[in-house]
Amino acid sequence: MLVYDRIMLRRLAHFRFGLGPAPSLRPSEADPRVAVLAEVGQPVPQPPGDLPSGEQGVGLYVARQRAIREARQRKTRAQFVSPTQVSDRELFARMDLARTTRTPLHERLALHWANHFTIGGQNYSSYFAGAMEREAIRPNMFGRFGDMLRGCTVHPAMLFYLGNRSSIGPLSEIGRRRGLGLNENLGRELLELHTLGVDGGYTQEDVQEVARILTGWTLVTDGTDGPVRRAGFRADMHEPGARRVLGKRYPEGGAEQLEALLYDLARHPATARHVTRRLVQHFVGEAAPPELAAGLAKVFQDTEGDLGAVTRALVSNPAAWSVPPSKVRPPIELLMSAGRVFGGLPPRPALRRTLLVMGQPYGRAPSPAGWPEEDDAWATPEAIKTRLDWALVAAGQLDASHDARAIAELAFGDGLSEDTRRALQRAESGRQALALLLMSPEFQRR
Amino acid sequence: MAASLTRRAALSGVGTLFAWAYAPRVSSAAGSRDARLLVLVLRGGLDGLAAVPAVGDPAFDSARLAPELREANATLPLDGIFALNRNLPTLAAMYRAKEALIVHAVATPYRDRSHFDAQGLLETGYPSLAMGNRTGWLNRVLAALPRGERLPPPGGLAISATIPMILRGPAPVETWQKQIFRYADDDTISRLLDLYEAKDPALAEALRRGASLDGALDLAEALAPERGDEPENGMAAGQRTSGGGADMASGAAAAARFMAQPNGPRVAAVSFGGWDTHVDQGSVQGRLARQFEALDKALAALRTGLQPVWRDTVVAVVTEFGRTVRLNGSRGTDHGVGTIALLLGGAVRGGRVLADWPGLRTNQLYEGRDLNPTTDLRAVMQGVLAEHLGLDERRLASDIFPETAQLARLRGLIG
Repeated sequence: MLVYDRIMLRRLAHFRFGLGPAPSLRPSEADPRVAVLAEVGQPVPQPPGDLPSGEQGVGLYVARQRAIREARQRKTRAQFVSPTQVSDRELFARMDLARTTRTPLHERLALHWANHFTIGGQNYSSYFAGAMEREAIRPNMFGRFGDMLRGCTVHPAMLFYLGNRSSIGPLSEIGRRRGLGLNENLGRELLELHTLGVDGGYTQEDVQEVARILTGWTLVTDGTDGPVRRAGFRADMHEPGARRVLGKRYPEGGAEQLEALLYDLARHPATARHVTRRLVQHFVGEAAPPELAAGLAKVFQDTEGDLGAVTRALVSNPAAWSVPPSKVRPPIELLMSAGRVFGGLPPRPALRRTLLVMGQPYGRAPSPAGWPEEDDAWATPEAIKTRLDWALVAAGQLDASHDARAIAELAFGDGLSEDTRRALQRAESGRQALALLLMSPEFQRR
Repeated sequence: MAASLTRRAALSGVGTLFAWAYAPRVSSAAGSRDARLLVLVLRGGLDGLAAVPAVGDPAFDSARLAPELREANATLPLDGIFALNRNLPTLAAMYRAKEALIVHAVATPYRDRSHFDAQGLLETGYPSLAMGNRTGWLNRVLAALPRGERLPPPGGLAISATIPMILRGPAPVETWQKQIFRYADDDTISRLLDLYEAKDPALAEALRRGASLDGALDLAEALAPERGDEPENGMAAGQRTSGGGADMASGAAAAARFMAQPNGPRVAAVSFGGWDTHVDQGSVQGRLARQFEALDKALAALRTGLQPVWRDTVVAVVTEFGRTVRLNGSRGTDHGVGTIALLLGGAVRGGRVLADWPGLRTNQLYEGRDLNPTTDLRAVMQGVLAEHLGLDERRLASDIFPETAQLARLRGLIG
């Protein structure tokens, strides 16, 4: 079929599996699919700059609490690094990386997995959300799903966000002394969103049992040079006893109980189906033939969750290249590819605010389920109109050397539709042409 | 501006500004009404006892509370027991005009203390968060509305960039938010529309509707000179909206203007944050007082903006939970359970406080610290949905608020 010729393949390589072309990087002349496939398994870069580790994030949180306590006593104003300040730095660092990277698939995968294990910003979790991506997600994107799952589940970001750090086994030492109880959040989301999926065959009793297994995973204090707080396991908060999840018995074993549970969940057939279904939905969308996800689930199952093999199977499957661009790109991708195509975004309008008004405030997904993935989720009237308003404002800030026609030629070559080409040529000003390029269907859908 | 209005109107087609326009006709004992429902979600946990203090409760003085609520002129008396915070004069006026019904000691089924779980239950209407596939109850209301004749499927409106949980679901929902960037000029809009019409009809439809929403606002704002043309860098509006108070009033005014249009949406949601007052809450003077003041201005904007349809309108003001009865060590309040809900509008049988009052003595409080909830918020909303929108009882107890067959809905709220 004509639409699946090399031009379409190049467009899909850029947008379905990447972040759009960067004119400064020489376009590859090879089969666009080969270039995407070659990214799989390559070392994954980290966003540049001095960003706090999970442990440092805990330090920032502890410092904040102390500063507020002291300021209250002294009746002064507390000085501390806020979660939003951390999140801002994370955002700028990742935009920098997205602008210059030669492995844009990695950035897309990082966005996807960070959304799979959503950290929504509540409960101070923005102190650690970036750290979780750098420590648990990026190093495992071509490794084992089980390692990613474990890393995210016990990361301070997750323990704070879903309140597990204050979930206490009622029969644990502390539970009996203080009469405090269970918080089921992480137990529920672990099953519903991170592993089995909502139709994965578990019950409310399973959720509670998982929540009991998770008790004790919180902040601990240790360290040889004075006390350091970090995420870890506290036996005195852990609900004692054996547990039963999905019919299987997990004997009493403190921290080991969770390890055993996660090992099984990561290999469960429902997890294979749920995780690969979300992956396909993110990259290909609603029109993907069901065999695509089914095939990936089999690879996941056969390789015990080898995400390198799963990703390779995704990008090398002809079905992933046969669905025409149908998903409206989320705001963060749009801004990343605008940054790439223009060699940087103007400082105004400010990035954080732009994402906010486009409906995707950075690090603040509306629920643990993450950002919506339906093909047209971002095509609401308000959102599309706001994109156009933004495109004109942003284009007005770019220096006059940017010529939309030249950029389009370099970026898309023959992949630009005749209609878009004509619209750019006939634009009444350079600024209008740049805005039309950003808003063109080629740029908006993947 | 007038010239651009005409062109915007032309862009949007045949003078119909709202593609989702429809009009459910609600037949009731009172005759046929074209009912409107706006849900105002106060996020963060509103201190119901600071808004509507039970000054006549014998335990009121010892129970807490903000001592300043006892000072002269701190409150406006409502009935023998309840008074209204003096920073809510518009609400007081509505109460006197019998357009405001206060329900006290209300809560969702949620009994823990997480904001987003509590908002999850408030907005999904589910009995617990264990239920998967989350949609918002207000979206399910849209799907259940009786349809007017020859009209497209009903849609709702959210005043926000994306659809909040309460309106998420299969029924179509429009979103609108206050302008941040300078609006795109009509010439660029029409060029992009040409391109989309050739290549991408769905984006064309979205852009056309997005532009017509802005156009509808221009129409209303042409009368209000405060929104001048923004400077070229497009950021002035953004900077101007940083104050929470101004945002409340403008969000409310926008919702009102949309809903007051003959073809406007009949169901909408707006939410306001800033109610999580853990520290120095200042119920009469201070932070919470300023929140009340801003809310009051928003209520005034609603009443003014909705005037043409006020008679057929219910505005429901709800929050995810209340706050502790006693002040904490930082002169604020922590997450609690029981709080208030407000029903406002010409359709409401107002001028009353509805409460199965649980009392404020320590042994009467929930877990010794919170106002004990005696009314389920879902029973309040079921009452509104049945009497105001004509939804049938069976559906209310299954689709809209699942597993509530045992719950007796409140009666006599409307009319």
